Amino acid sequence: MAESLFGIHGTALELRSQRMGLLTSNIANAATPGFKARDIDFAAALKARTSGASEDQAITSATRYRVPVMPSLDGNTVEMATEQTAFAENAVGYSATLNFLRGRVETITRAIKGE
Amino acid sequence: MAQNTPLNLFQVTGRAMSAQLVRMNTAASNLANAGTVTTTEAEAYRPLRAVFAEQLDQANGLSTVRVAAVQRSDATPIRQHDPGHPLADANGDVWTAPVDENAEMVEMLESSRQYQNVVEAMQTAKQLMLETMRMK
Repeated sequence: MAESLFGIHGTALELRSQRMGLLTSNIANAATPGFKARDIDFAAALKARTSGASEDQAITSATRYRVPVMPSLDGNTVEMATEQTAFAENAVGYSATLNFLRGRVETITRAIKGE
Repeated sequence: MAQNTPLNLFQVTGRAMSAQLVRMNTAASNLANAGTVTTTEAEAYRPLRAVFAEQLDQANGLSTVRVAAVQRSDATPIRQHDPGHPLADANGDVWTAPVDENAEMVEMLESSRQYQNVVEAMQTAKQLMLETMRMK
């Protein structure tokens, strides 16, 4: 039921939320020696998820290590500019998906009420 | 630090903030002790440094920060010849704490920037969560 009601947006919101957690982990570990920043390839994860993979599988298969522009001496690959940009992009994507969902729910509500 | 429930986003950011606070406190302690003088080399203040470590939650892939150790650096105290000093030893020398004020200021600045970043990320995440909850 939820699948057909929300379509791709429900899945997208799940993945956006997971990605937000991962990017927050990167930002939190900006000063941890040897920490390797990771990110989810959103398009790949969504593709895997829509072709039948479970959420865990889709995320695991689409998680990539960040390639640093300039590697630092302590082995940390978090670059604030990159992380902040990715975080902002993801937040906007999340908001957009949420608006699509809201639209869906409003449409259904109107149909039920017969307005 | 054992835990039974998976980490959530607020725990990730909260712990990162605590870790940065420990780091800021060590920098403050070092600055406060800059220029302290002792009679012997062994007694001299040695700068403190917080060592961070990643704390990965296997259940959901989130990772936060913990302070693995607060270590004293092994920098050698600076020997100064000052016979008139009340703490001077038999040779008329005193030992000054080897604190690099500039390095400590940079450390503090970097720490506070990273703290701000974490707060910013948490606020955005919180805002999005609230919006999701209030969805009609």
